[in-house]
Amino acid sequence: MLTAILVLAGIGLVLGAVLGWAADYYKVEEDPVVEKIDAILPQTQCGQCGYPGCRPYAEAIAKGEADINRCPPGGEDGIQRLAELLGVEAKPLGEGLEPKLKSVAVIDESTCIGCTLCIQACPVDAIVGASKQLHTIVADQCTGCELCLAPCPVDCIAMEVIPARLDNWKWRYPVIRLKQAA
Amino acid sequence: MRKLHTFNGGIHPPEHKAESNAAPIASLPLLPRYVVPLSQHMGHPAAACVQPGDRVLRGQVIGLPEGRISTAVHAPTSGIVSAVEMRTLAHPSGLPGLCVVIESDGDDQACPTPPLDWHGLPQADVLEAVRHLGIAGLGGAVFPSAVKLDKGKAGHIPTLILNGSECEPWITCDDRLMRERADEVIQGAAIMRHLLGAETVLVGIEDNKPEALAAMTAAARGAGFPVEILAVPTLYPSGGAKQLTQLLTGLQTPTGLLSTDIGIQVFNVGTAASLYRALVLGQPLISRVVTITGHVARPGNFEVRLGTPIQALIEAAGGALPGASGQIVGGPLMGFELEDEQSPVAKSVNCIIVKHPALFPPAPPTLPCIRCGQCALACPAELQPFELYWYAKAKAFDKTERYNLFDCIECGCCSYVCPSHIPLVDFYRFAKSEIRARDKDSQAAQIARERHEFRQFRLEREKREKAEKLAQKAAGKPASGAAAADDPEAARKKAILQAAMERAAKAKEGVQPQNTDNLAPAVEQEIQAIEARRQGTDASTPPPEGDKSPVSTP
Amino acid sequence: MNGSPYVIASRNSVRLTMLKVLAALVPGIIAHAWFFGPGIWVSLIVCTLLAILFESLALVMRGYPLRPFLTDGSVIVTAWLFALSVPTLAPIWLYATGLLFAVIVAKHLYGGLGQNPFNPAMIGYAVLIVSFPMYMTQWPAPIHLAVHAPGLADAFDLVFAGGGLISVDAYTMASPLDTVKTLLRAGVPKEEILANPVFGRLSGSGLEWIAGMYLLGGLLLLANRVMTWHVPIVFLLAVAATAAGLHALDPSRHMGAVFHLFTASVMLGAFFIATDPVSGCGTPLGKVIFAAVAGFLTVIIRTYGGYPDGVAFAILLMNVAAPFIDLYTQPRVFGHRRHEKPKI
Repeated sequence: MLTAILVLAGIGLVLGAVLGWAADYYKVEEDPVVEKIDAILPQTQCGQCGYPGCRPYAEAIAKGEADINRCPPGGEDGIQRLAELLGVEAKPLGEGLEPKLKSVAVIDESTCIGCTLCIQACPVDAIVGASKQLHTIVADQCTGCELCLAPCPVDCIAMEVIPARLDNWKWRYPVIRLKQAA
Repeated sequence: MRKLHTFNGGIHPPEHKAESNAAPIASLPLLPRYVVPLSQHMGHPAAACVQPGDRVLRGQVIGLPEGRISTAVHAPTSGIVSAVEMRTLAHPSGLPGLCVVIESDGDDQACPTPPLDWHGLPQADVLEAVRHLGIAGLGGAVFPSAVKLDKGKAGHIPTLILNGSECEPWITCDDRLMRERADEVIQGAAIMRHLLGAETVLVGIEDNKPEALAAMTAAARGAGFPVEILAVPTLYPSGGAKQLTQLLTGLQTPTGLLSTDIGIQVFNVGTAASLYRALVLGQPLISRVVTITGHVARPGNFEVRLGTPIQALIEAAGGALPGASGQIVGGPLMGFELEDEQSPVAKSVNCIIVKHPALFPPAPPTLPCIRCGQCALACPAELQPFELYWYAKAKAFDKTERYNLFDCIECGCCSYVCPSHIPLVDFYRFAKSEIRARDKDSQAAQIARERHEFRQFRLEREKREKAEKLAQKAAGKPASGAAAADDPEAARKKAILQAAMERAAKAKEGVQPQNTDNLAPAVEQEIQAIEARRQGTDASTPPPEGDKSPVSTP
Repeated sequence: MNGSPYVIASRNSVRLTMLKVLAALVPGIIAHAWFFGPGIWVSLIVCTLLAILFESLALVMRGYPLRPFLTDGSVIVTAWLFALSVPTLAPIWLYATGLLFAVIVAKHLYGGLGQNPFNPAMIGYAVLIVSFPMYMTQWPAPIHLAVHAPGLADAFDLVFAGGGLISVDAYTMASPLDTVKTLLRAGVPKEEILANPVFGRLSGSGLEWIAGMYLLGGLLLLANRVMTWHVPIVFLLAVAATAAGLHALDPSRHMGAVFHLFTASVMLGAFFIATDPVSGCGTPLGKVIFAAVAGFLTVIIRTYGGYPDGVAFAILLMNVAAPFIDLYTQPRVFGHRRHEKPKI
C-alpha cells in the first residue's frame, strides 16, 4: 500500500517536473493579443466602433468588452481574420454599421474658409493648411475615417470613393457554377 | 553540342502556327491617328513631355522615363498632339490609362536620332541611351531593358540567353522575325554581350521552327563571336524565362532572386533586334512585330506602330470573318480577352487572336477537384496546384503563400490538363492580387498607425508644455488671473478660437445657408439673382408653376 | 469574365477518367464470372442501381444538379469497387446498407465528389464487415468446387428473396484467406492447409486469375497515365516485402509473398482503391509512404488481426493519415533549395 502510494507520488513528481520544464523550455514568445488585434484593424481611427480609435477598440476586444463585428472599414475580411485570431465564430457586421466603399476626403477649394477645425479633427494628420489658408488633404494618407466632415463649418469636405485604377485593380473571385442546373 | 536539360511537366497544346507563319512581315498603311499609352512597360509610367497642340516628329520622345524602372515613349509618326488623356488600354482590366493622342500629318517626318557608338562610349551612357530609346522586353513582360542590361555590382554576367522559343500556340511574330531579321538579332546580341560582359551567348528556339533555326544559325556564323543556336524540344512553356534557362543551362533561378544572381540574363529575340535598330540605326522603339491570327481573312505578321488601334490591325489582316467572338491579346494560354477593339497596340502586345467558337469552344461545366494530380504533373514550377486551388478558393491566403503561390508563373498548364475543367489560374491570379492588395493595405495601416500615434504623442506633449508654461508663470507671478491678462497673445488666440467655434456652431444650427462664404463673383451674382427672384415671387401671388414668368399670370 | 487559358486539353474529363477505371475493371469482372458464375453480374447491376439511387437522393437533397454529377461516373466506380469487394450473392439489404454508408455518409455528408476523406467503397465494406460479419464471410465457391453452382435464377433469388432455393452451404465456402487464418491459428500444418482445393497454383483457386486480370487492367491504367506508378507499385512491393519477411521468419506459419499478392483484394486495392486520389496522398513522396504503410498494414492485419482481410482497413487507416503525410512531404518547388514544409 505504502509502496504504491510512494510510486504514484514519485511518478507524479517526475512527470510534473518534466511538464514544468517543457512548458518553460518550449514557451513561445507571443505578441500580446492586443497587438495582434490592432494589427488586423485597418487603422482608420474612425471611431465607428464606438471607441476613440483602433487601439482602444483592440483593447476592448481583448478584454472581451467589445464584439468583433464593430469595424466597418475592416469589412467582412477583417471580421473573418479577427474571428480566426480569437477562435470565435465570424459574424456579420454589427447593427447600425454599414460597409462602405473605400473613400478619401476631398476639400472643395472654392468653399474652404481656412478654419483649421478639420486639421484638428484628423486622427492621422493627413490635412495640411494653416489658419485663413486653403486646406488640402493628402490623399495617400487619408484613411477615409470621415471625422473631418462634422467639424467643417462650411461643409466643404466630401468623401469620394476611390475609383478602380490600373494600380489598384484586382482580379475578381472566379465564378464557377457547380450548383446551377446544368 | 551543348547538352540540353529538362523542366518538370509542360503540355503539348495544338500549335496553330501554320496559319500565320507563311507570309513575310507586312506593314500597315499610315493611320490618321495614333493613341500612344504612356505606360507600356513594367514599372513607373513615362511622364508626358508634350502638350495638346504640340507638333511631334516620328521617333520624338513624348514620354520621359520616370523612376529607375521606366523607359521612354516615342511618337510613332509626325503630327499634332491632340490630347493627353485617359484611353482604354489593352489590359485584362479594360481600364483606361494615360495616352498621348497624335493626329498624323501624313508626312511621317523622322526626328533625327544619331547612331550611337555603343562600343566606345562608357557603359552608363549607353544604358541611359537605351532607357531613352524606349527599349523594353518584347516577349511580353516589357521590363525596361536598360535595367536588365546593367550588370551592376556583379561586374559581369557570364551567360546571355536569347529567347526565341515562342512556345505559345498561334503566335509566330518571333518566328518571322528570326527568319527575316536574324542578322539584326545577332547584332543586338553583340550589344547585349558587350554591355553584360557575357562570354556565352545561347539562343533557344523550339524545334518546330526549322526555318528560324536555319536563319539564326546562318547569321550566327557571321557574328564574330561565339553564339550557340540550340533547338529545344517543343513543349509549352519552354519559352518561360526560367524554364528556358533550365533547359539550356540546367540551372534554376532561385526563388526571390533574379537570374542575374546566377550569372544569366535572358532577353527576347525581338528585344535584341529592337536594341540594334535603336542604337545602330537610330530608330527608337516605335513599332514591333505583331501576329494577327485566328478567325481573320489573312492571318499573318505585321510591323505595327505602337499606338495603332487593334481594330486597324484586324482590318489589315482582311478583317474578322463572320461569327467572330472577340479577341485574345497574347497567346491562348497566358493572354487576356480584349475589352475594347480601339485599344492601342503597346510594346507588350505580341499577338492578337480573333476568336471563333469553333476555335475556342466555351469551357465545359466545372466539376469539383478530385485531386487527381494531373496539374502537379504538368506544373513547370513544380507546385501542387490542387492544394493552391483548395486554399485560394477558401480565401485562405496565408496558406496559399505557404504553398508558394508566388512561384506560380501563371502559364496555364494546370488549367489546360484539369479533367474537372477548373479555371485554376483565375484562382491564383485572384489570390495573388488579393494578397498584394492586403499587403498594400497593411502598409497603409502601418503608416496610419504611426501617424496616429505620433499625433497622440504630439497632443500630449503640447498639453504638457502648456501646463509647464502655466506652472512656470504661476510660480513667477503671484496671481494666475493676472497671468492671463498679461498675456495678450494668448487672449487674442482665445478670442479667435472662440469666434471660429461660434461660427461653426452657427453653421451647424443651419442659421446661415451653407457654402456662401468666399464665393467667386459670378456665383455670388447668381445667388443674388435667385434671391431677388425668390423675394419677387413672394410678393406677388405664387404662380402654379414656380418658374414660369409672372407676366403671364393675370 | 474568365481569364486565360482559353484552351483546354481535349478528351480529358472526370467522366473519361472514371470510364477508363471502369473499363480496366472489366477483365477482372469477366474472370470473376468465369470462375464464380454469373452471380457477379447481378450484384454489379444491383449495386450500380442502388448507388445511383442514393447519389441522386443526396444530390437532390443538397440542391445539386443531377446530370453532371451522375454522368461523371464516380458513383459507378464506387458501386463496382464495392460490389467486387463484398461477397457476391448477398441479400439486397446488405448491399443497400453498405452503399448507403458509402454514398450518403462517406461521400455526401463530407461534401460530395472530391471531398470525401475516406474511400467510400471501403467505408461501405468496413461497415458491413463490422456489423454483419457472418454475411461477409459467405463467399461463393468457385464453380468447380461448389456443391451446387448458382445460376442466374439462383442469383436473383439469393439477392432479392434471401435465398431458400439452395442452401448456403451448397454454394459458399470459406475463402482462402479465411481458411488460412482459422487453420493456421488452429495449428494445422501449412502443407495440410494448402492441400485444400480452395487454393490454386499461386493463391486462391480462381481468385488468382481474377487478381491477374486486375493486374492487367491496372497496368493498362498505368500505361494510360490515369495514375502514377507510385501507389500501385509501392503497395504491391510493400505487401510482397512484408509477407516475404514474415515467411522468412517462420515459413511454417506464414504464407509467402506470391500468395498475398495474388489475392484479388490486394490487386484491387493496389490499382483501384489505394490509388483513389481524393482520399489518398497528393505528393509523390506522400504516395510512396501512403502505399508502403498501407501494404505493410494489409499483411499485418491479415496475419495478426481479427479479420481475414486487411486491405480495406489498411487503406482506411492511411486515408486518415493522408493529409498529414501530404503536409510533411511537399515537394521542392522550382527555384527552392530543399523540401520545405508549409507551416501550419
